[in-house]
Amino acid sequence: MWTYNKMLQYPVNIKCTNPRLAKVIISQYGGPDGELAASLRYLSQRFGMPDQNSKAILNDIGTEELAHLEMIGAIVHQLTKNASIEEIEAAGLSPYYTDHGVDVYPQSAAGVPFTSAYIACKGDAIANLQEDLAAEQKARATYEKLIDLCRDEPDVLDPLRFLREREVVHFQRFGEALRGVQDKLAEKKFYMNDGNCLDMKKNDCNCN
Amino acid sequence: MEDYNRNCTCEQNEQTRADMFERIKCLNFAITELGLYLDTHNDDEKAICLHRKYSKEYRELTDKYQKVYGPLTIQFPCNKWRWIEEPWPWEGGNF
Repeated sequence: MWTYNKMLQYPVNIKCTNPRLAKVIISQYGGPDGELAASLRYLSQRFGMPDQNSKAILNDIGTEELAHLEMIGAIVHQLTKNASIEEIEAAGLSPYYTDHGVDVYPQSAAGVPFTSAYIACKGDAIANLQEDLAAEQKARATYEKLIDLCRDEPDVLDPLRFLREREVVHFQRFGEALRGVQDKLAEKKFYMNDGNCLDMKKNDCNCN
Repeated sequence: MEDYNRNCTCEQNEQTRADMFERIKCLNFAITELGLYLDTHNDDEKAICLHRKYSKEYRELTDKYQKVYGPLTIQFPCNKWRWIEEPWPWEGGNF
């Protein structure tokens, strides 16, 4: 289960309204490589992991991604909460405003609503962890594009830089988890038969 | 806001609050980071030692902070329901 900590993982205190930036940053809320997709991807994949390290890392990174989702939501909220209608129109946010006002809705920068098609649970630990490694790199690349777009806004750049760094750390940890899983799956397996199995089956089962 | 002002009579106390919260955030981050590291390096004694040290300080400091400035988690016992006090973290509640 989860409980809420009444704090952000890293502070978000944006002084200037800027709906133009909110329009692109929202992609890290509900876009293809965003924090919601990341969190659901890891928290769903953890059920099928074969060793204790990979279960723990998916659980804990999935949890941290929820904290990142909150930070991105805070950035979008603070960039739009006091925006005038004129600013919203000038930012090209009229369609968004029509359906969502200044609520924070999980969608990509291009306006595509969040879909679980962004994540995979392949029923294969190696395939899943490889996907997670790629997901962290794609999220890092997205943050770098957002950092380019927000270059003149230090209040926005600061938390974006923090989030970019976390993607790098997560990539590192997933790489280590993947090596552990590969070693585990490559281990020699021994199957023992103590000779009682057939008798036990006969005794326990009345159907034959 | 009014409630903690009752406990804070001067600007210096406000500074104390900000400093305490800053330390809490730093410890929280260090614990998260060490946790991820330990998930894939279970036997690293130095990391376990740091995790133990920071977790202990975090517990003591959040206990002290919450008694004066209100709860950071819903599990903190209180006589008055201060959990609902604004600002929430996304509203600039982080100093």
